[in-house]
Amino acid sequence: MAIYLHRGQKILVQGITGRQGAFHAQQMRAFGANVVGGTSPGKGGTVVDGVPVFNTVREAVEATGATASIVFVPGPYTKDAAFEALENGIRLLVLIPEHVPVADSIDIVTRAQDLGADVVGPNTFGVISPGEGTKMGIMPNHIYRPGDVGVVARSGTLSYEIAYQLTNAGLGQSTVVGMGGDPVVGGTFVSVLQRFREDAATRAVVLVGEIGGSAEEEAADYLSTLGKPVVAYLAGRAAPVGKRMGHAGAIIERGRGTLESKERALSQAGARVVTVPWDVAPAVAEVLR
Amino acid sequence: MKLYEYLAKQILAEAGVPIPPGRVVDTPEDAAAAVREIGPVALKAQVLVGGRGKAGGIKFAESAEEAPEVAKQILGMDLKGYRVERLYAEGKLAIEREIYVSVTTDRSRRCPLVMASAHGGVEIEDVEDRHIIRRHVDPRVGVLPYFGKEMAYAMELPAGLAREFGDLVERLYRIYREYDAELVEINPLAVVDGHLVAADARLNVDDSALFRHRALPVVDEGTATERKVSEIGLAFVELDGDIAVMANGAGMAMATLDTIQHFGGRPANFLDAGGGASVEPTAQALAVLVGMHPRAIFVNIFGGITRCDDVAKAIIQVKNTQGIPVPLVVRLTGTNEKEGVALLEHEGISAYSEMDKAAQQVVALAGEGR
Repeated sequence: MAIYLHRGQKILVQGITGRQGAFHAQQMRAFGANVVGGTSPGKGGTVVDGVPVFNTVREAVEATGATASIVFVPGPYTKDAAFEALENGIRLLVLIPEHVPVADSIDIVTRAQDLGADVVGPNTFGVISPGEGTKMGIMPNHIYRPGDVGVVARSGTLSYEIAYQLTNAGLGQSTVVGMGGDPVVGGTFVSVLQRFREDAATRAVVLVGEIGGSAEEEAADYLSTLGKPVVAYLAGRAAPVGKRMGHAGAIIERGRGTLESKERALSQAGARVVTVPWDVAPAVAEVLR
Repeated sequence: MKLYEYLAKQILAEAGVPIPPGRVVDTPEDAAAAVREIGPVALKAQVLVGGRGKAGGIKFAESAEEAPEVAKQILGMDLKGYRVERLYAEGKLAIEREIYVSVTTDRSRRCPLVMASAHGGVEIEDVEDRHIIRRHVDPRVGVLPYFGKEMAYAMELPAGLAREFGDLVERLYRIYREYDAELVEINPLAVVDGHLVAADARLNVDDSALFRHRALPVVDEGTATERKVSEIGLAFVELDGDIAVMANGAGMAMATLDTIQHFGGRPANFLDAGGGASVEPTAQALAVLVGMHPRAIFVNIFGGITRCDDVAKAIIQVKNTQGIPVPLVVRLTGTNEKEGVALLEHEGISAYSEMDKAAQQVVALAGEGR
């Protein structure tokens, strides 16, 4: 089992002929993902690496029966791509692009809620389940192993670091989810934790957070319901107030969203909070013992 | 992107929000003209820092005779690190009471949020929670006048003001949507002669949406180096340490700074080399780091969408063109790691695969340079 993903799930790649879309469609397939088609306006009828390309999501869904899609288009075009997917029956949408206007993200997330669809991202590295042998994302394949540790993160590369440490310590992963680094994203720590709670394949959860917003504090409130051990690592200790640390969401504004308040909330809720990335794996090994 | 007060006021006025009479002042002579036109004015420095008044950035001019002298005191002054290039002259108000109102985005609810308080004039963080009215907006529905009117009655404003407040919130929400605002804030929203007037205003536009607002003048708050890197399209923040840092991904870049601090070093900057940045921008960013004259440079890459071989090529390019005269520590793991490490080794640069060992090494090398 896993969350969001399952073996054989039919996946579309929107923007499959672009540099990133083509590279990562191929990487996804190398990991075992069932990429059944891609879209690229004007390139319908061609084939990329054995994957049929369609002009529109409508044609692709009709031909393949896909219900999941991963989007690789520039930020300004993401709303259009997301709505095209949602209105044509896609119910799991992974939005890789960064620089998506927040107003567009609000519209996407609102529409997805009305349709009962799941949105991961934008500005996410995606979702991967080593046990199910599939992924929808841009994470490097070789650092993951099947196992029973769930990981939910705001940042991609930092989650790779953590997954790599877990794998090196012999701790495989059930599902690794990237929520996305933007202020408004489809998932929340709480919505992902709810899924991990229901997931029999997950025995412990690693939460990788950062400064800004209040998602970590809200996650802390949910920990007593989760009923599974949690190890938390948060980035941004050295970040000054009022400076945006790359992610549109990572900013300490007027004293809110500080690392200290987040760590305190998580720690008081029973999470094991570690302060350097390489302490995560040993802490997970301990809480699983 | 934050907009200057005068621009925010101009946008409010265009949307039908009442503002005090005012005009932009670029020279001392302009200030005299402003007083002749408006009467006694407050001359306000147009800089994007809070606490302008206390720092001497707001002064009053009662007559056209004294206005140029007062303007000279502020124009050109250094206000918390920003040079004052422009003033905004605004008619003095006889304020009866001060209200707070803003439209912003609630990240956890993922929808717009309107906040109001009858206790305006101070930072909203300093207002007691029970005095703040919060209403979420359904983006499918938007805001009609009843929305703000309900809030006004909850604040116990009189009926006349409640009607004005309803219209005002509708207009603020329209600005929030039209300008892709992160924040539209009027504080204080003054009551003058029994009517609402936006005495001070803040309008921050979502950077990711600037492509829809090309008519807005670009306001860059960054330092010279920050501007240089943002022109390359990468995220950069200058800090006060001596170890220059490049990492890929914002979370990783933050964690790298934390790690340097953990081992007793002091990071000189935050630099997210980005998702999938190709060789050229990575090399340009590294060149900027070299130009900062740090004691050591740390490149920490966990390749995902970024490819380790691209990063290696960028490093080699900088080494062979402008040179890297300070100790350089490279950590490469992830996509195309083998290719990247091989390229670097060919040039006599060794790469670490573990972040902690690499960070320890760069802190030690920076220490030797002290």
